[in-house]
Amino acid sequence: MAEMIALSRLTKRFGPLTAVDGIDMKVNRGEVLGFLGPNGAGKSTTMKMLTGFLAPTSGSALVDGIDVTRDPVAVKKRIGYLPEGAPCYGDMTPRGFLNFIADVRGLSGKDREDAIARTVERVEIAGVLEQPIETLSKGFKRRVGLAQAILHNPPVLILDEPTDGLDPNQKHQVRTLIQEMASDKAVVISTHILEEVEAVCTRAVVIARGKVLADGTPDDLLKRSPLHNALHLRIDAGAATALCVDLKAMTIVGDVTQGAIFDGACEISVTSKDGNPIAPEVASMLKDKKHPVSDFKTEKGALDAVFRDITRGPEKKPAETANA
Amino acid sequence: MRNISIIAKREFKGYFATPLALVFIVIFLALTGAFAFYVGGFFTRGNADLTSFFAYHPWLFLLLVPAIGMRLWAEERKSGTIELLMTLPVSTLDAVLGKYLAAWAFCGVALALTFPMWITVNVLGSPDNGVILASYLGSFVMAGAFLAISACISSLTKNQVIAFIIAATVCFLFTMSGAQLVLNFFQGWAPEVLVDALRSMSFLTHFDAVTRGVIDLKDVIFFGSLIVMWLFLNILAVEINKGR
Repeated sequence: MAEMIALSRLTKRFGPLTAVDGIDMKVNRGEVLGFLGPNGAGKSTTMKMLTGFLAPTSGSALVDGIDVTRDPVAVKKRIGYLPEGAPCYGDMTPRGFLNFIADVRGLSGKDREDAIARTVERVEIAGVLEQPIETLSKGFKRRVGLAQAILHNPPVLILDEPTDGLDPNQKHQVRTLIQEMASDKAVVISTHILEEVEAVCTRAVVIARGKVLADGTPDDLLKRSPLHNALHLRIDAGAATALCVDLKAMTIVGDVTQGAIFDGACEISVTSKDGNPIAPEVASMLKDKKHPVSDFKTEKGALDAVFRDITRGPEKKPAETANA
Repeated sequence: MRNISIIAKREFKGYFATPLALVFIVIFLALTGAFAFYVGGFFTRGNADLTSFFAYHPWLFLLLVPAIGMRLWAEERKSGTIELLMTLPVSTLDAVLGKYLAAWAFCGVALALTFPMWITVNVLGSPDNGVILASYLGSFVMAGAFLAISACISSLTKNQVIAFIIAATVCFLFTMSGAQLVLNFFQGWAPEVLVDALRSMSFLTHFDAVTRGVIDLKDVIFFGSLIVMWLFLNILAVEINKGR
C-alpha cells in the first residue's frame, strides 16, 4: 500500500482552544512531507495524535490503513517517532538506551545487534556510546533521539523539529540522513526552518491555527511569491533610465523598480507579470538594444515571504491572539 | 508480559544509575536497626523474636516508600520522556505495571538486606521462623500498597517534591485511619458505617495481624485490592495527564 498516512478531519480541542481543526492530509511511501507552520500552529499536536500519544477529539488518523485509536500498539510498531526536543532517559548511556528500545521493538539476537550497529554508524554516535546521555552535547542528544526513531527501520518516520538547535554541519548531516532513508518510507518532518523544506522535502503542507492553508511541492509554494522568476539587473547609472523604459514596454514584465545608485551603478528589479519565466525574453531584448548590463540574476522567490503571506493573511489577524 | 519485564528491567537499573539506591538502602537499614534496638528495645525485651523490628516498618515505609515512588511518573512527565515511552508499542497497563514492579522489587531488595537481623535473632535464641517469614512477606506486601499509592500520585504531577508530600500524607492517613486521632475527627458527624470502614482501612491493624504470624485471607485481600485499585487509578491518571 503506497498510502502510509491518512488524516481525515482530524481535530483536537483543549477546553475552549482548538489546537488542530479538521486536518486532512495523505502521505505516500517515498514522500518527505514538510509540515510547516508558526509556533503554536498545531504541528506537534497533530504529530502526537498521529503517533497515538494523544487521542483525537474527532476525526481519524490511519497509518498503513490501521486506525490509531483502534489499534494503537500496531500503529506504534510501524512508526519511528522523534518527539519535540528529542527526550531521552538522561541517566542511561546511548548503548543501554538503544538496547532498551530494541527490546521494546521486539528485536532479538542477530537482528538486534545488526540494527543497533547499523543505526549507531548511521547517526555517528559510536564515540559516545558509553557516556550517560545527560552529559552529551545537544547535537549528540538529538542524534541519539534520531537513532531511537530509526532503529527498527520503520515504514513511517515522524520527526518533530529534527534539526532544531543543531549547528549548520549537524543540520546538513541530519538532512542527508533523512534523504538517504526517504526512498522506501513515508517521512513527515515538522519545522519552521524554511530552507529545510527546500533542502529535503518533496511536499510541503503549511498549517496555522490548526488548519491546512497550503499543500504542494516546495516549487508550488514558491510560485505564490510575487518575486517568483523576478530578475535583478545591474547597469551603469547613466543607462538605467533607458533600460527601465524598454523593460516597461515588454508585456510579460510586471513591476520595474530602480534601486539606489552605488559606485556609479544601480540595480533594477523586474518582476514577472504572471509568474512565468521572463529571463530569455529579457536577455534577448538586452542584446538587441545593447544595454550595458554588468550583472543578471534570476530569483526563485523567498519561501519565508510566501510563508508569512500564507500564515498571516490580513483577514485572519485577530485569531492569532487566541492561538498564541 | 514481555513488555512489562523490559520496562521493569530498565526502571530497576535506573535506581542504581544514580546514588538514590545507595542512599535509600543505607538509610533504610540504619533506621530499621536504630528503631529495633533503641526504640523497640530489642535486647531488653528478652524475647527471641523480631516484633520490635517489624513494629516500626509502617512508620518507616510511610516516608521512605513515597521517596521511591515519587519519581516513577513525575520525572517522565517533567523530562518529556513519557512521550517517548507512550509512543513505543507498549500499552499503558504494561508501562504502569513495569514501573510499579521495578520499584516494588527495589523495596524487596532493601527489605532482604535486613537479613542480619534474622541471623542475629537466630544466634541469640530460637525464634519462630515461620512468624518471621510471614512478617517479612507482610512487610513486603504493605510496602507494595504504599508504593501503589505513591506511583499513582506521582502520575498526577510533574513535580517530584509535590508527589512525595502528597503521597506521604495519603500513606499517613491510611496508616493512621484506625487510630483514635483520625476516628475522633469523623465520629461526631459521620455515619457509623463510614467510621467502621475507615477503621478497617488501617494498615496498622492489618499489618499487626500478619506480624503475629496469622496470614488471614482478609488481610491479603485488603492489601491486594488496595494495590489493584491504586494501580487502576494510576493507569487512568497516566492516560488523562500524559499530554499535559
